Parts: sequence; structure tokens; C-alpha cells
Amino acid sequence: MDLIKIKHVDKKYKNGVTAIYDLDVSIEKGSFVFVIGGSGSGKSTLIKMLYREEKPTKGQIIVGGLDVAKLRNKKVYKLRRKIGIVFQDYRLLPKMTVYENVAFALEVIGAKKEEIRTKVLKALEEVGLKNKLHNYPDQLSGGEQQRVAIARAIVNGPKLLLCDEPTGNLDPEKSMEIMKVLEDINKSRGTTIIMATHDKDIVNKLKKSVLVLKDGHLSKFEKKGTYDHESN
Amino acid sequence: MKAIRMLGRSIRDAFKSVIRNFSLSLASISCITITLIIVAIAIMASFNVNNFTEEIEKDLTIVAFIDNDAKEEDIENIKQDLENIENVDKIKMISKQELKEQMKKESEVFNKVLDGWEDNESPLKDTFQIKVKEVEKIGNTADKIKKIDKISVVRYGEGMVEKLISAFASIKNVTYGVVVALVIVTIFLIINTIKLTISARKREISIMRLVGASNFTIKTPFIIEGMILGLLGSIIPIIFSTYGYLMFYRHFDGYIMTQLIQLIKPEPFMYTTALIVVVIGMIVGMVGSASAVRRYLKI
Repeated sequence: MDLIKIKHVDKKYKNGVTAIYDLDVSIEKGSFVFVIGGSGSGKSTLIKMLYREEKPTKGQIIVGGLDVAKLRNKKVYKLRRKIGIVFQDYRLLPKMTVYENVAFALEVIGAKKEEIRTKVLKALEEVGLKNKLHNYPDQLSGGEQQRVAIARAIVNGPKLLLCDEPTGNLDPEKSMEIMKVLEDINKSRGTTIIMATHDKDIVNKLKKSVLVLKDGHLSKFEKKGTYDHESN
Repeated sequence: MKAIRMLGRSIRDAFKSVIRNFSLSLASISCITITLIIVAIAIMASFNVNNFTEEIEKDLTIVAFIDNDAKEEDIENIKQDLENIENVDKIKMISKQELKEQMKKESEVFNKVLDGWEDNESPLKDTFQIKVKEVEKIGNTADKIKKIDKISVVRYGEGMVEKLISAFASIKNVTYGVVVALVIVTIFLIINTIKLTISARKREISIMRLVGASNFTIKTPFIIEGMILGLLGSIIPIIFSTYGYLMFYRHFDGYIMTQLIQLIKPEPFMYTTALIVVVIGMIVGMVGSASAVRRYLKI
């Protein structure tokens, strides 16, 4: 079963730059895919189109049965409830504690208090931060903040987790911790993970599917791929 | 259940935000306060002017004097003719004797003078008092009445009253214009002040969008916040306008210059005004914040 179908997608920005040319791929449910490529290769654009921050100029993107390109601004929340998103800069709310940050994702969709509590504690346990519930983001290390962001992304039990350079701000050791967490989520929850990165070591060590973009063109999509010279 | 829960959270967040961004809230509130004071004054002025016009219109009558040689049947004919004129609403016949009694009651001088006259040498005449349906056409109607047989003189305010009424009408229009303009200006001011509070929460809104909050959920706390600001902003204007009007009314003893221009009684008028002021304040706050938040919902 394919969770994501991308059919002949072009993306041209209003300033005239074309970021993606005729991209045509399907991503299976439960898979772990690295999207790699140099700067300006279109990795971020692809991720943004998947959570509909950007709309494709041409073609169709289907995520879990939703036609993303056709989704109206008002209905975007329907897609966002099915996916979790993790960014390089964590995007936590500084005035909220770890617990509140994660609970926030459930509060705004109207979950019950008891439900919020169980789910938040479970998610924080999965990322290994159950002992820092009442800390504020600025009291945590970068790696820990990113783990809070991951907990927030998975707390609603999404089918798909999109990560845009989640290790971009972290040193190799912390990066591997994050990767361990993501791998666990992929295995235990069966969550499909798509992660844009340019970190060679991570890609080569984990041996997952690799989708290589080069100047907006798909240059390679293989299982158990590596980051080779072609990818730059 | 879920809707109530979400509403509860929205209200909580709205109050939090008002308190957390207190200086900005205060800016919005004082902005609303000043406008609402002027709006309240304008509302009370226009209502009163409206009232003056209505009262004067109610009092305005055409008096038609009947020739002294008119007989019973002539009077009956005149009455018929009057009834046939389109703009005529009510007709009342007042005889010399009745008129005399009325005038005697009005002043002591008249009382003495009139007492000396017998009915047949009285300078007074039998009259018809005529009320019209539309005051604007009163001149026209008076002309028609003049043409009726056995009617000698026709009098009505003769210009003065019409001028007064048209002056009131323009005052009323000006005050309405002022109210509308002020409300629009305040909405813009509020949009801008609330935009500041919202831009401080841009990050929060974008995260809400990312984790799947619907636009409605995101907007509600801000709209409630706008309502709260409007509500707080209308407190001073309400106190000002109710006490102000009460004092104004007492100072002038209920009328301006002449008994003709009566002020509206403070009760329940000042409560109605207060209600209008609160409602305007809340709507202005809501509209302002709703449109301020809108542009952050496109991410």
C-alpha cells in the first residue's frame, strides 16, 4: 500500500524559480525514506508540498487518500491532523513547559484532558524525556528540544512523520540519538517517515530508502541507498 | 461536548492574552473608550434631535379661520372639503366660545380683555385645527385649504417651523455620519493594535496550523479577545454617558431654550444608549480582531 503518491509534479515559485521538475514517486506505508540532495535541489520544497505549505504548480499529490493540491486553505487542518512535522529549528513555544508544548497539539484539536494526559506521557516516554515534563525549552539542550518537537509531532498518532533537516542544528552524537528515536517510532508505531537531510553519515549508517534529488529532478530512488558522489 | 470544551479553552486563552499583553490591550481599550464616548454623545444627540422633530411635528397644526358670515351648512361643507384633501389627517372644529375660554386660561391679560367682549363683537373666529400626515407638504396643503369657500385666513408655522425641522434633519444626518465614520476609524485602529498582539503570537499561530488546528479554532480566542477589549472599552463611555446625560437633563430642566424643544427623559433612554454603546464596542472589537488574525491563517 502506498501512503503517498506523487504524480508528475512540477513546482515553480512565483519568482520564476522551478524547484521540482516532473517528480513521479510513490512511498509505501511504513517506510523510512531519506530525501537527499544539495542546496537548492528541491528537498525542502518536496517536504513543504507534502504538508501543503506549498502547492504543486502541476500534477497531483495524494497523502493518505487526501488530494493535497486541491485542499483549500480552510481544510488544510484535515491533512495536518494525519501527519506530524519536525523542523530543523524545533519550533517550540518558549513560554510553555515540555508537557504543555506536547499537549498543545492535542488541545487545539479539542481532545479531552485525560486523553491528552495519557497520550502526552506516552509520546514523551518514547522520546525519553519523561523526566523533564516541567522544564521549559530554554532549559533543554538542542537534542532534547528536538525530541520534544518529535513527541509533539507523534502525539496525535499520525501515519506520516515529515522531518525537514531535523539534525541540522545538532552535533553528530545528538544527531544519532534523534535518529534512534525516529527509527524506534518507525518500528514500533509503523509510522512512515520522510526525512530531508544532507548528513552523509546518517544516511550511510542507517541504510534506509534514499530518494535523491538533483536540481529539482529525481535522480535516484532506491531501497537501502547510500549518500554517494551523485547525491551532491 | 467537544465544542463546549473548545469554547472554554478559547475563553481562557482570550483572557490570558488580554492580561499577558496588557500594555497593548490597554492601547486598544483606550482607543475604543475614546471613540465610544464620542459615539455615545452622537447617539444621544441624534436621538434627541429626532425626538425634537417628532414632537414638533406632532404639535404642528394648520389653523383655518372661518368667515363670520358662514352658516351651519357652510361649516359642514368646509369640513367635507377639508376631509377630501389628501394630506389632511385630523380635523378639529373650535368655536369662538371655546377659543375664548382657552385664551382666558392662558393669560390674565387676555382674561381681562376678553371678558369685555360679547360673542357678537368678538374679534375671534370659529376655526378648524387641522393636522397633516406629512409635515413637508404642509405649505401645499395650506394653499389648498385657502381656496375653500368661506375660509378667510390660514395659518401654520409659516416657514419658521419648516426651517427648524429641516435644520434638525441635517443635524441628524451629520451625527449619523459622524457615528459611522468613527466606528470605521476605530475598527481600523483596533485592527492595527490587535495586529501587534497577534504578530507577537505569529509563531504560536503557525504551530497551531501545523499541528492541525482548524482556522475556526485559531480565530475564536482572538475574536473573544476583541470582544473583551470592546467590553472593557465601553465601561467608561457608559458611565460617562449615563451620568453625563442625567446631569445635562437636570441642568436644562428637560428642555432647551423653549418648551418646544423637549429632551428625552433619561430613563430608559440612557440604558438604551448604554446597551447600544456596549454592542458597538463588542462588535468593533470582534470585527477588528477577526480581520487582524485572518492574514496569519494562510501559512
